[in-house]
Amino acid sequence: MSEREVIYRHSATVRATHWINALVLLVLLMSGLQIFNAHPALYLGSKSDFNDPILAMGTVQDGESVKGVTTIFGFAFNTTGAFGLSGDADSGYQDRGFPWWATLPGHRDLAMGRRWHFFFAWLFLFNGLAYLLWSLGSGHLRRDLAPSGKELKHIGASIWEHVRLKFPKGEEAKRYNVLQKLAYLSVALILLPLMLLTGLAMSPGMDAAFPFLLDIFGGRQSARTIHFIAASGIVIFVVVHLVMVLISGVWNNLRSMITGRYVIAPAEDKP
Amino acid sequence: MSGERRLDRRGFLARGLAAASTALLGGCDDLSDQPWVRRVLDSAETVTRVTQRALLTPEALAREYSEADLSREFKANGSTNSEDPDYVTHAKNGFADWRLVVGGLVDEPLELSLAELRAMPSRTQITRHDCVEGWSCIGKWKGVPLSALLEKAKLKQDARYIVFYCADDLGQTGTEADKYYESIGLADAFHAQTILAYEMNDQTLPIPHGAPLRLRVERQLGYKMAKYVMRIEAVDGLASIRGGRGGFWEDLGYEWYAGI
Repeated sequence: MSEREVIYRHSATVRATHWINALVLLVLLMSGLQIFNAHPALYLGSKSDFNDPILAMGTVQDGESVKGVTTIFGFAFNTTGAFGLSGDADSGYQDRGFPWWATLPGHRDLAMGRRWHFFFAWLFLFNGLAYLLWSLGSGHLRRDLAPSGKELKHIGASIWEHVRLKFPKGEEAKRYNVLQKLAYLSVALILLPLMLLTGLAMSPGMDAAFPFLLDIFGGRQSARTIHFIAASGIVIFVVVHLVMVLISGVWNNLRSMITGRYVIAPAEDKP
Repeated sequence: MSGERRLDRRGFLARGLAAASTALLGGCDDLSDQPWVRRVLDSAETVTRVTQRALLTPEALAREYSEADLSREFKANGSTNSEDPDYVTHAKNGFADWRLVVGGLVDEPLELSLAELRAMPSRTQITRHDCVEGWSCIGKWKGVPLSALLEKAKLKQDARYIVFYCADDLGQTGTEADKYYESIGLADAFHAQTILAYEMNDQTLPIPHGAPLRLRVERQLGYKMAKYVMRIEAVDGLASIRGGRGGFWEDLGYEWYAGI
């Protein structure tokens, strides 16, 4: 049996930017849904073809009662109580896209939602830049996050280990595994920058300053749709991330992201 | 013993998470009502405005589109008519006796008829109208560049903002003070695409879209583009005008700088 070992896993920069980012993304998500609720429909291209949204949340009259309906690519789903129509029969229904608990502020207030969103968008930018510049300069990106060719070749084995909820121990546990590396890289280098760029592409001022923003995303309404999809991608990442944190040693993981110290479980002795 | 403690810890964690999420949700709503929070959040508007002003040269134009891109249905948002008695009278005879009033910090106050405005140099542009709600429509606008009007009226040295007073009563209170108004700075006032439109999609500007005259400020959001413009005033500050924040929606909490 090898000794129980404590390593210094996360640098102060990673820890600080991680927690700032967690808070900032939560506020951005909820204030973003407040803004979305002002017109809960998505389109492709430059303009909104009100008769042909790719996604829309609204209400329809169904005899005596009103139903909340979400339409995706022309297919309608009854989403009463969740999307389109919030609440229940007891407390009363409310005509809105996402329910109150998902938006900031909880009540309908587009102006306030925009204030929260744009203030935290600036924090998001500065925090993200600090992280990326530090990661490049310190070698964090190359050393800890870039997967090697060998790791990529054995990605199948890593997926199989994850499916069986078997997590690396000993030497293997001292670095991120290949799935972690790919997940963190795609969030840090693809999804989050995509959020920023599609956000900027929705600004009429930025579109005049940098018209290529409209060209790379195929128009302002496409940019708005991609903004929504990328945000959904981040939500999915966070859910998976939280589940993994919980089942792979929640206290050890939390401690390492707060103090930096991470306990390496001894490698199992081969029989 | 250790099992019990673990259960306690788990219960504590669950209660803690529930309390934290409630506090966070309710807390952010309470925070929204705190004046100091509003001030802090408002600072982002200044950062955005200064940054966009630095990036936006006077020559930077909003994208112009082609006839093929025109929206089949251009949404008429906000007010779609005015019940103001003077406006109703003018609308009945096609605004033939209507005059646009240009005053404030100018050397030569003006009163111009629609025919006189049409006789001035014009600009036609097919642009995208971005609503603060999130949707966009593309329309074709023809009108007189605001810069031409301001040059004719000879702006005084100390003029900083141009204020637009409108006929529509979006506040629905029936008082003069609750009518729509808007304001822009000189950078936007003298921008090539800032026009007072009297035509939309090759037709006389329809009433739902702001007849007889509607402002176009193409590098900002739709609420800056006041409809039913009756009077233009050059001023050195906005604080003394109505709610003091420079516009109808601004007085209700929206940003004065609507480039984002």
